[in-house]
Amino acid sequence: MEIIYLDNNATTRIAPEVFEAMTPYLTNLYGNPSSMYSFGGRAGKAVSEARSQVAGLLNAKETEIVFTSGGTESDNAAILGVLDANPKKTHIVTTRVEHPAVISLTKRLEKRGYSVTYIGVDHQGMIDLDELRESITEKTAVVSIMYANNETGTIFPVEKIGAIVKESGTTFHCDAVQAVGKIPLDMERSHIDILSLSGHKLHGPKGVGALYIRRGVRCRPFVVGGHQEKGRRGGTENVASIVGLGAAAGLAGQNIELENSTVRAMRDKLQELLFKDVPYTLLNGHPEHRLPNTLNISFGYIEGEAILLLLDEHGICASSGSACTSGSLEPSHVLRAMGIPYTAAHGSIRFSLSRYNTEDEMTTTADLVIQVVKRLREISPFGKDKEFTAPGTAME
Amino acid sequence: MWEYTDVAKDHFLNPRNVGEIENPDGIGDVGSLACGDALRLTFKLDEEGRIVDAKFKTFGCASAIASSSALTEILKGKTLEEAEKITNQEIAEFLGGLPQEKMHCSVMGVEALEAAIAHYKGEQKAVEKDHGRLICSCFGVTEDLIRKVVSENSLSTVDEVTYYCKAGGGCTTCIEQIEEILAEEQGEKSKSVLTAPAKADGKPAKLTNIEKIIKIQEIINNEIKPTLAKDGGDIDLIDVDGNQVQVALRGACTSCPSAGITLRYAVEQKLKEYVSEDLEVVEVS
Repeated sequence: MEIIYLDNNATTRIAPEVFEAMTPYLTNLYGNPSSMYSFGGRAGKAVSEARSQVAGLLNAKETEIVFTSGGTESDNAAILGVLDANPKKTHIVTTRVEHPAVISLTKRLEKRGYSVTYIGVDHQGMIDLDELRESITEKTAVVSIMYANNETGTIFPVEKIGAIVKESGTTFHCDAVQAVGKIPLDMERSHIDILSLSGHKLHGPKGVGALYIRRGVRCRPFVVGGHQEKGRRGGTENVASIVGLGAAAGLAGQNIELENSTVRAMRDKLQELLFKDVPYTLLNGHPEHRLPNTLNISFGYIEGEAILLLLDEHGICASSGSACTSGSLEPSHVLRAMGIPYTAAHGSIRFSLSRYNTEDEMTTTADLVIQVVKRLREISPFGKDKEFTAPGTAME
Repeated sequence: MWEYTDVAKDHFLNPRNVGEIENPDGIGDVGSLACGDALRLTFKLDEEGRIVDAKFKTFGCASAIASSSALTEILKGKTLEEAEKITNQEIAEFLGGLPQEKMHCSVMGVEALEAAIAHYKGEQKAVEKDHGRLICSCFGVTEDLIRKVVSENSLSTVDEVTYYCKAGGGCTTCIEQIEEILAEEQGEKSKSVLTAPAKADGKPAKLTNIEKIIKIQEIINNEIKPTLAKDGGDIDLIDVDGNQVQVALRGACTSCPSAGITLRYAVEQKLKEYVSEDLEVVEVS
């Protein structure tokens, strides 16, 4: 069975070019970049080149890039690093829709005596800038707000957020794990102080990520050990993966136009086909300010896990914000924060595309989703008689 | 990804007995759209009182659908007396087992069956029957149901209780109460965790109106607001008219389908416990 992979916000296929770039460092070129001999130096040179590729994608300086083990470490390192550098400040501002890499950390910090403000979002997942402005105090050490939401794709007005944070004199950390490689970023013209990114979300390998730390921003190391990464992150470099991340960043830069034209067009087509033929559907997320690859839809009267498993029978890979898929009993915290009723959240499905998808796959997927939804609705005791609208959203 | 057995998968992909029987002898409805799963069970009896046909309609995940399908298969040919003895374990075993986190699906099957039999016997709908105090207001789980799943499945931890009947899986404020029930069921002497303010003479002190309002405000601020805030909700005290406490729900509460339950159980019960038994909470906008 052919796989139709539509879960690229979860992870992506490793680009063949990336794999090729990595192989030598998993085989012959196993030297330690810190060693004095040229055999190790070759690995060190490869790490430098990867650093310049990542910096290039972000329009940042090479010295501003620190490699980590992935998005979660980057988020942890950024927030803890800034807190560590500002020991007198005990307040954190973030949002209710952040990735668990941030929220689980801030919840833990609350138990350790930090106070945290969680900014809410509206029905389209958009942040309230006035609320942000009011929430920052002289006690605020860091404002950690994501670039784009992993579940809905909603893109925050990051530069407006950055301007507000800058005005307040505090530090702005931005979890851009979902944005990097999908929309153009330019750190030279940005107010972001620290940015997290992850390799496997942009066709690179898993287990590698990076932090952009603007020159002059105070952020103490999170993983301490050797002098690697100029003392900013200890541990022998994951050379092959770093090389892979560099190659992936290079490719992402070349393909950013494609993401915003071809990929967006495929996503729009899938959205159109589904809304045309499936009644009782709602779009979750902002209709315009949204990642070009992300489509999150709630199908009324049916449950997400059941939809996913029937789609899986046809080789379609997607994900859901339903309770049953998360292992918890409550649906996604993102959809709840948006005020999407539980009734709609339980039947939410996220399709996230990549440049490796094809237009034919969109037609096939739409056909199968239509069948699956129909089949589950025949089993469901609920139907037209029950209300199915999200606040602020028109019913289809 | 959940590890479902081949039998469970088969009952999900090819569910048996989907639908609703016309003019059924028994109908059982449990769950809701908001809870994430719901089941309508209908059955028909023959002249000898055996179940000749059983059908289901289910909203829920794969294991909810598979459990419903299994239930209807188990039911066919059974007398009502035999049907009453079916346990959630039997449903799970019929499917070759369910992931522990999904055991509540088998419990939902038994609940629907009980409701359908009660309906046949002309009793009140099971949901309206007194099932003891409500413990988990997020998922509407009563003390009786928790005790039942604990004793029938020999459960010993809160996580297990959550897996089997969802109680404690939402806002988690009822976890201490679940622990008490577990302790009692395990024959240990339970220690009261939520203690109401001490009353010197054993009787509730008579409060002046002002004292009452201050106390209500205090409980709302210190006990209720933090709980609601966890889900992005909020509550404001608008007025106190005699024993009627008028409140307004804010934030996420305004769009939460469980708001009614929250008001009645989380807010009213707390105020009754801490301030006065006579209080009644109403929502005003």
